[in-house]
Amino acid sequence: MAESDTADPSRRDFLYIATGAVGAVGVTAVAWPFIAQMNPDAAALALATTEVDVSSIAPGMSITVKWRGKPVFIRNRTPAEIEAAKAVPLSDLRDRTARNANLPDDATADDANRGVAGNEALIIMIGVCTHLGCVPLGQQGDYGGWFCPCHGSHYDTAGRIRQGPAPENLQIPPVAFVSDSVVRIG
Amino acid sequence: MIKPLYKYEPKNGFTRWLDARLPVLTLIHGSFVVFPTPRNLNYWYSFGAILTVMLASQIVTGIVLAMHYIPHTSLAFASVEDIMRNVNFGWLLRYLHANGASFFFIAVYIHMFRGLYYGSYKEPREVLWILGVLLYVLMVATAFFGYVLPWGQMSFWAATVITNLFGAIPLIGESITTWLLGGFSVDSPTLNRFYSLHYLLPFMIAGVVVLHIWALHVPGNGNPVGIQVRVPQDTVPFHPYYTVKDGLAIVVFLFVLAVVVFYQPNALSHPDNYIPADPLKTPAHIVPEWYLLPFYAILRAVPSKLGGVLALGAAIFVLFLVPWLDTSRVRSATYRPIYRQFFWIFVITCVGLTWLGSQPPEGGYVIAGRILTIYYFLHFLVVLPVVGLVEKPKPLPASINDPVLPPGESVRQAAE
Ligand code: HEM
Ligand code: FES
Repeated sequence: MAESDTADPSRRDFLYIATGAVGAVGVTAVAWPFIAQMNPDAAALALATTEVDVSSIAPGMSITVKWRGKPVFIRNRTPAEIEAAKAVPLSDLRDRTARNANLPDDATADDANRGVAGNEALIIMIGVCTHLGCVPLGQQGDYGGWFCPCHGSHYDTAGRIRQGPAPENLQIPPVAFVSDSVVRIG
Repeated sequence: MIKPLYKYEPKNGFTRWLDARLPVLTLIHGSFVVFPTPRNLNYWYSFGAILTVMLASQIVTGIVLAMHYIPHTSLAFASVEDIMRNVNFGWLLRYLHANGASFFFIAVYIHMFRGLYYGSYKEPREVLWILGVLLYVLMVATAFFGYVLPWGQMSFWAATVITNLFGAIPLIGESITTWLLGGFSVDSPTLNRFYSLHYLLPFMIAGVVVLHIWALHVPGNGNPVGIQVRVPQDTVPFHPYYTVKDGLAIVVFLFVLAVVVFYQPNALSHPDNYIPADPLKTPAHIVPEWYLLPFYAILRAVPSKLGGVLALGAAIFVLFLVPWLDTSRVRSATYRPIYRQFFWIFVITCVGLTWLGSQPPEGGYVIAGRILTIYYFLHFLVVLPVVGLVEKPKPLPASINDPVLPPGESVRQAAE
């Protein structure tokens, strides 16, 4: 017995390794559905769109609508607010990318790249602080834009992060005018 | 280790029959009846027993709450109000569960500071300590999931902020957050899975508690003097000596819990959590439950997203390393004149961080938060290793009984 063990170990070794390999692949394959089930389901993924009539928002006013379960800020900025945002040199910004889903990823965070194309007074952004997800308060903070009360992030009138722990500018969702007064978000 | 005084002998036919097939009675008897326990344990050593009772209490109150609670965004808040107003004794069960969580943490913090004071983590109890820190982490996770369930404003925004912490991880952070949420924001899928995990984790805690006690019973209990028990006279059987002592501690602890439950049931919670969750509006001032405030203060002390999250993680992780960071061979702070002072400075630091975590993140609070955060880490990374090397400990007594018995008595007893 002992002799045959040393003389021909290859068969048992093979079975051992083969079983282990199949087992490892099997465990991974079975684990996958258990992990993947936690990702957003088909209903959550169905890209909902929201249409909003923006004609009634007077300059200096803003409204909040809900899109994909998140707040979206729509603000009709006053000329002074637009000027303030335009006057900021890019080098003063913490995050210099536009974060605008309607533009290429490397677009810079100039005011023109933040507002809605074709209507520079209008700015439409996802109202979720890029720090840890609170909803910033409008018309507040050191830059007159938005202020997040959770951990003190200040955004300017173009929704760009200027001070506080948030790393990025507020995100701009896909937006398009479907008529003169109605925009579609998403 | 000292041998128990006598071995378990089954007394009647049934116990003889059972024990021959599954020696569970022998195990219980050896672990909780005759187990040789140092005779000099003080009441700080009763918090382990208190914690076990609190875990059982949370599981019992939780299971009955689960009979009435509904984990759906449109019904969760209403079902908790239903528990409060309509369910027979629902108010009592919920107040016991919610305040029970707070008292669970009071007990675990005392238990952990006890360990830091008496050097309970030192060789040969490192694994025991690591299991303890693991239990603490599981408790934090359980309490976080539980706090989301009533679906008030604080529930919702706590869930939002904590899940977004994972977004700080470079590259894969966003996907992890989405995976945890089951969507793009905190919503019904999130609430439902948090409920599932809130139900599961306490039973995992119970499993780790078994390992924790197993690891305790290999070397046996430490004690306030910090020297090993040497002779049988250093110990007493667990029952009746410590069943009675721990029993008294449990009764007093539960009495205090009862006073809070009956007279100040909302003192430890936040009024905003009685406002239903609103995904479009963050409360002006969000704070976690009191027992997580020190970590919240550390998170906010760092002016960068990733940095804050790393500091928060490190603040808990460093606890795992304590057995190797402390270089002193003397266990008990009673015989360590310098470490003892640093211990109390550390306690004050933790209390300070707790208070700062409840304050708004501005001006002097942020600066104070930074100073205390730095000190928190200095305590572990510098004070523990350095003090252990430079300090001259006081002479240790020859026996654990020396400090309590008249001179010569312990020698006389040992000779008997
Ligand atoms: C380690 C043990 C546990 C801890 C620390 C804990 C903690 C908590 C906390 C902090 C809350 C929120 C209380 C509030 O503000 O209303 C909660 C709620 C809840 N827990 Fe637990 N829990 C534990 C065990 C369990 C178990 C084992 C179950 C079920 C089997 C359970 C079921 C529930 C339910 C249904 C709620 C929602 C009702 C309510 O809000 O009062 N818990 N838990
Ligand atoms: S979530 Fe806005 S500053 Fe932290």
